[in-house]
Order: sequence, then C-alpha cells, then structure tokens
Amino acid sequence: MTLWFWIVVACVVGFLTKLLGYLVPKKWLANPRVARIAGTLTIGLLASLTVANSVATGQQLVLDARLGALVAAAVALWLKAPFLVVVIVGAAAAAGLRLLGLP
Amino acid sequence: MSTSLRQSPGARVGLSIAVATGLYGVSFGALSVASGLTVWQTQALSLLLFSGGSQFAFIGVIAGGGTPVAAASAAALLGIRNAVYGMQINVLLQPRGWWRLAAAQVTIDESLATSTGQTDPLEQRRGFWVAGVGIFVLWNLFTLVGSLAGDALGDPKRWGLDGAAVAAFLALLWPRLRSRDAGAIAAACALATILAIPFVPPGVPILVAAVVAAAVGWFGYRAGPDGEGLEPDIDPYPDTVQTDRTDPS
Repeated sequence: MTLWFWIVVACVVGFLTKLLGYLVPKKWLANPRVARIAGTLTIGLLASLTVANSVATGQQLVLDARLGALVAAAVALWLKAPFLVVVIVGAAAAAGLRLLGLP
Repeated sequence: MSTSLRQSPGARVGLSIAVATGLYGVSFGALSVASGLTVWQTQALSLLLFSGGSQFAFIGVIAGGGTPVAAASAAALLGIRNAVYGMQINVLLQPRGWWRLAAAQVTIDESLATSTGQTDPLEQRRGFWVAGVGIFVLWNLFTLVGSLAGDALGDPKRWGLDGAAVAAFLALLWPRLRSRDAGAIAAACALATILAIPFVPPGVPILVAAVVAAAVGWFGYRAGPDGEGLEPDIDPYPDTVQTDRTDPS
C-alpha cells in the first residue's frame, strides 16, 4: 500500500511539474540558472542511477556480472546502437557472464 | 501554404520517433515487474507519470532496495526538466484551456525535440502532438507487453534483467554527455554515489548525487550553452544539421 501511495505521489508531482511550465511567468524558468540546474540534475541523477544499479547491493559495493553489462552497454552505445538494442546487450552480457560462473 | 497531414514533415518525424520510443516501453515494463512492482503499478507509472527518465528512476531505486519515498523523490527531481520543456512548448504552441492539461502530460524529451526541430509554426504543432500522443499510446501499450512478459519470465537475474537496467540508465545518460562539462558532472555524481553507498540506506546515494548536481548547477558550470543536459534522449533529426531542420527525410 505504501508503494501505491508513493507511486501516486510521484505521478501527481510529475504532472504538476510539467504543468508548471505552462502556468508560471516565462521569465521565471527562462532564468538561465533554473535551466542549468534542470540540466545538471538530469545528468547527475542518471549518472548516479547508472552507478548505483551497477555496483550497489544494499549498502555494499559489489563487483559482479552487472559491471560486465555496463561495459557491454557502453560499447553498444559507442557503436550507436538504438536504445532497445543497448538494453538487450546489457541483459545478454549479465546473463552470459552468470552462465560462465560470475556472481 | 500548409501541407496535408500525410506530407507534413513534423507529423512524419513525430511518428517515427513515436515508434522508436514507444517500443522501448517493453524494457520499462519488464524491468518494472522485475524490480517488484505489479503489472498495475507499472501501468500506472506509464499512464500517469509518463516520463521515461522518471519512470526508470522510480523502479531503479526500488530495485536497489530503496524506499518508495526515495524512489518518488528521484522521479520528481528527474522530472524538473519537463517544467523547462513546458515553458518552451507554451511559448511555441500557446495551448488554451483543456489543451493545456493534455499538452502538459505529453511534454517529454521527444515531443519537445520533434517540435523545436521544425521552423513552421504549424509543423511545430503537428510534431509536438503526433510525437507526444503517439508515444503516449505506444509507450503504454508496450509497457503492458513488457510487464506481462516480465511477469512470465520468473527469476529476473537469470535473464540478466539487472544488467538490462544498468544498460537502460547508461543509454538515457549517454546522449546528454556531449560536452566535457557534462562528462565532469556525471563523473562527480557517480563518485559521490559510490562514496555514499556504504554509509546511507539504499536509494539515498542517488539523492546525495542530486544535491551535488544541483550545487554544480547553482555555483559553477559557466561554460557551454545554457540548457546543457537538457538535450532529449533521442535525436529526431539525426541526418540533418542544426541549421537546416525543416526537411528531414
């Protein structure tokens, strides 16, 4: 139930954030600092989520097959593979490394 | 002077972006149920939150053992850029009344990019709506396909779905790393995350990184054009150069 509650909160906040852009005076968000923070937040959060999902298991840092998935995904992106292909490459790398005995 | 919808460059680009983006709703659906959400909870995120980065952030925090509060916070922070996009669309299209609410819901990276890539106001309008509504429909459809398939797969680790999540986050980040500054911010936030992981509960390291990113945005980061990192995660106009975007084909 708590999970449902926070899903609804995230959805409401997400929608109101989008709507905010349509309602507030233009010059508020045209402020370069606001745009800059929106940009740095996006980069920082995605970088953090990438790393946390690669090496965190609870509060421990663990090196396992996920790191192989990260490297494989980076190679796929460097080769300009589309999103879905990158995701499949990541899954295949992790599954393959586990078949080879990695944790 | 206006072309028919069939020949409209804005609508055409919007449709191709809708197909490409909508398809990867499959990966969101599968990863969401693998992280422990139900099919209904997964669908609620796609219908109501409807912003790829925020949705992946929510399930990424939950998958790592984070609390729902941390998950909602990460999703909310990643959604802030949509307010900036909304302002741009509001200036371009000036939707009125109920259209505003509809426009707000489909204000995402891809609809903004499709719209701002056009120069003719009519095409900007068509691009925005075709991309936005098209992605909304397909993204939700493929989310359902993915979550039902993911539910049937069983043990997510055996299929490497934790590796798929890592790949998805890197793929969302990658197109935003076009400048050295962006790379530096990503590196600093990655480091802050690793340093924080042993000391704070799961999910919180991501919020620590958000504080670092916001501080960099507030105090430093003067180089580069404004709106760095606000590039959409998909480029609707890969074959055209910046200066001539009216006729992609």
